[in-house]
Amino acid sequence: MLSINCPWCGARDETEFHYGSQAHVAYPENPETLSDEAWAHYIFFRDNPKGWFQERWVHTAGCRRWFNVWRNTVSHQFGPSYKPFTPAPARP
Amino acid sequence: MTKVNFEFDSKMYSGTKGEPLVVALLKNGIKTVTDSTYLSRPRGVMALGAEEPCALVQIDSGSGEPMVPATQVELVEGLAARGLAGIGDLPNVSDDARYDKANRHVEVLIIGSGVAGLKAAQIAVSKNQRVMLIDDAPRVGGYFVAKNNEIDPELLAVLDSPNLLHLQRTTAIGLYDQGYVVAIERRTDHLSANYDPKVARIRTWHIRAKEIILATGAFQRFLVFPNNDRPGIMLSHAAATYIDKYQVQIFKKAVVVTVDDQGYEDALRLHKNSIQVQAIVDVRSNAVGALVDEVKKAGIEIIFDASVTNTQADEKGELAQVAISKVDLTGKVLSAVKEISCDLLAVSGGWTPTVHLATFIGVKPKWVKEKAAFVLQDLPKGLSAVGSVAGDLGETENTPASFFGVLPEGELATVSFIDLQRDATVRDLKRATGAGLTSIEHIKRYTTIGTSHDQGKTSGTTTIGLLSQLISKELEEIGTLNFRPPYIPVLFSALAGRDRGELSDPIRTTPIHAWHLDAKAPFEDVGQWKRPWYFPQNKEELHQAVARECKAAREGVAVMDASTLGKIDIQGPDAAEFLDRIYTNMFSTLKINHSRYGLMCGVDGMVFDDGVTTRLGENHFLMTTTTGGAAKVLDWLEEWLQTEWPELKVYCSSVTEHWSTVAIVGPKSRALMKKLAPDLDVSNENFGFMTNQYAAVAQVPARIARISFSGELAYEINVEGFFGLHIWNAVMDAGKEFGITPYGTETMHVLRAEKGFVIVGQETDGTQTPQDLGMDWIVSKKKEFIGKRSFIRSDTSRDGRHQLVGLLPKDKLKLLPEGSYLVAKDSKQAIADSNHIGYITSSYHSAALSQTFALALVADGRNRVGQNAIVPLFDEQVEVVITEPIFYDKENTRRDG
Ligand SMILES: [Zn+2]
Repeated sequence: MLSINCPWCGARDETEFHYGSQAHVAYPENPETLSDEAWAHYIFFRDNPKGWFQERWVHTAGCRRWFNVWRNTVSHQFGPSYKPFTPAPARP
Repeated sequence: MTKVNFEFDSKMYSGTKGEPLVVALLKNGIKTVTDSTYLSRPRGVMALGAEEPCALVQIDSGSGEPMVPATQVELVEGLAARGLAGIGDLPNVSDDARYDKANRHVEVLIIGSGVAGLKAAQIAVSKNQRVMLIDDAPRVGGYFVAKNNEIDPELLAVLDSPNLLHLQRTTAIGLYDQGYVVAIERRTDHLSANYDPKVARIRTWHIRAKEIILATGAFQRFLVFPNNDRPGIMLSHAAATYIDKYQVQIFKKAVVVTVDDQGYEDALRLHKNSIQVQAIVDVRSNAVGALVDEVKKAGIEIIFDASVTNTQADEKGELAQVAISKVDLTGKVLSAVKEISCDLLAVSGGWTPTVHLATFIGVKPKWVKEKAAFVLQDLPKGLSAVGSVAGDLGETENTPASFFGVLPEGELATVSFIDLQRDATVRDLKRATGAGLTSIEHIKRYTTIGTSHDQGKTSGTTTIGLLSQLISKELEEIGTLNFRPPYIPVLFSALAGRDRGELSDPIRTTPIHAWHLDAKAPFEDVGQWKRPWYFPQNKEELHQAVARECKAAREGVAVMDASTLGKIDIQGPDAAEFLDRIYTNMFSTLKINHSRYGLMCGVDGMVFDDGVTTRLGENHFLMTTTTGGAAKVLDWLEEWLQTEWPELKVYCSSVTEHWSTVAIVGPKSRALMKKLAPDLDVSNENFGFMTNQYAAVAQVPARIARISFSGELAYEINVEGFFGLHIWNAVMDAGKEFGITPYGTETMHVLRAEKGFVIVGQETDGTQTPQDLGMDWIVSKKKEFIGKRSFIRSDTSRDGRHQLVGLLPKDKLKLLPEGSYLVAKDSKQAIADSNHIGYITSSYHSAALSQTFALALVADGRNRVGQNAIVPLFDEQVEVVITEPIFYDKENTRRDG
């Protein structure tokens, strides 16, 4: 069980959280103007890097707030977590 | 020293309280504990602890437990056990024992309370750290105490430190990232029967440690040779400990076979206990030093360059004689030396550090040839190792040999055991390599070596070593086995803790639930909710009750508890704008006290949830969701507000439990509503469809909504949850003169399906657009909303998508199973090819239609309306006609009464 650092509550057990996939994938400004391919990239395509990755998590069984966090997909190590709409800390 | 009585294999024996069951058995002359799993060969005790591969027992006393190594069972009065041939029985008595969980955060967790672990604890405590020390044995001391030594009292004093939580009989079963360890503490099995029943039998610890120190020690390995499994053949450290420490006195004449100096040390311990050690058979070419001199002084013969290469049994199948031959280090037998009669063969095959916990998080132990052991290295931050597990196996005068056994040919290979619990032999290993396998992970799966209860604790390294001998590869090239949690077999009840029986899964009930129970309604589980399924009268079957309930709703008045519908209170100056973005249809135009049905989609344009939302005020809405979808809809709303639209001032709260909803349905519902709220104008002109009115009902303030999920005139009475049962009783009383009939979810489903109303999750599975469901009318062209762009994707706008249709079987009484496939009528080949055109989502008997009907998703379905199709079932092909998905009151004439 991972221990995840909620920027509002502090470190809590993984079971209190839900995963929200890659961070910083914004809803497109004008979806109507996008090609099918560009729109499909927004809906279906996400990065899957080996190593450090910026992810979204939500503290569902806690403060219910969303946040972003650096996580290493190889070592399972967590880097800094940060609130939405705040600048991302540097890659650990 | 308390004498206790115990039962083994249905016979009574006595022994000393607290001693291991194997010791009591040996002292009672029992060398054969059980037969082997597949070959039924007699097997005795081999080892000292959790690594025991043979002596499994089933415990029949107390809570009972299948498959426990007899080395791990402490003797108590009344213990009943029997030898187990590999496969355990679930106890057939209910287990009344209590199981518990506990959490602990510490700075340092030390696993293993041998001398190395105690010293680590001493250091941590001296730094004023918060420390936890756990060990799976009943007492501290590990190997040091097994050798009959006394621990320095100054070291023992660490156990009294207030910063230290010290638990024996506590096995770490899993080690995970970020210092997370799960441990199982056995608290009562070793106590006399009259302990406080409130004490949990097992406590499962969830420990988070900043630093973990492994002090888990090492297991001794055995050697492989023909007939190496007979009772009387033991690991030398185990034999010496049973004889020297526990004073087992049933053995007279021994032979020691060894690859290291440990065999010499244990030979001397046997010798000191008056056992005639007739020979030490050492695979090495020479050994020198004080220990060897002492052995020689004791008159024990040493045979070098040799190993045991066969054994003979007595009439009971227990060890009687060993054959000794010259061998080389690849396991080839060179020439016979001699045969010696003996009742004990002590085997010292080298030490295997107990590295399991570290391998759980991906650590790869390294083979160190001069120690003949896989040792921990490259440990991640926060994890360290001390003592034997770190490769500190003590100073020896002669290096151990990397030798794992002889590799005979033919019949002898089939009795040269590698994994004694799996009865896997040298022949199996050779078959695996003969089939071309060289990866240890493949060989494990091919031979089943290391897959039984002990996960190859003693056989794992032996297998790698024999493979090395067999294919002439160094051990470090072959690598190690990956172990997985749990380290020992764990009872499900220990993992469940108190979450058993009615606490295993939470249930949700409405304030009206007690009435449903009294009415003896069977319940349907919807999410965590218990919803009445139907209300049988006079031993009715489901479909009889449902036909009666439907008739009441269509012709008289019927009532349903609709309190489980998800309710989300949405407030804020931007609430209307927010709902416009969430729903496919417009909500900002909704008038106060009006309600509107809404559909929401994911960004992929697929239907996600639906429900009626009511505008209670300018900036105040009450959203209803499907019963099972409430939590995910709230999650969805909050996600968009927090991560995409933080500029919107909107707050969402779950209020599902705050309100009770009683729906009265049917042509007579207006008269009943009038009776319940005499001051309310219930006429259609003043209280129109999809509007709300406030009134007192049975002295309770209520919001009454004209909402219908059946097509009939209907009123939903919403009151504070606390008044739910009160209102229900008032409705039932007032409704008596109208013949009011309670109905459950099944009737609700029939009524809505007759009207072609979909249920999200039944007609949909996340791959249907609103257009697929024939609901183009609900998709706004004027505004942007989640998923809109997806409706013009090539896949969602193509022809031939599965669309919602109705089905009427030609045989009007034939109820089609939900989930059945449809094939086109005109194609016999299509049936043979299983070339289906769609599938059935809902199927019911209809009292109103006097026949069965179904809803289905069919490729290009709307163009097939009027066509026939086939539903191929197991034993027949049912002809159906494809129809519009609405069967009753197509003109909506009934909803206004
Ligand atoms: Zn939080």
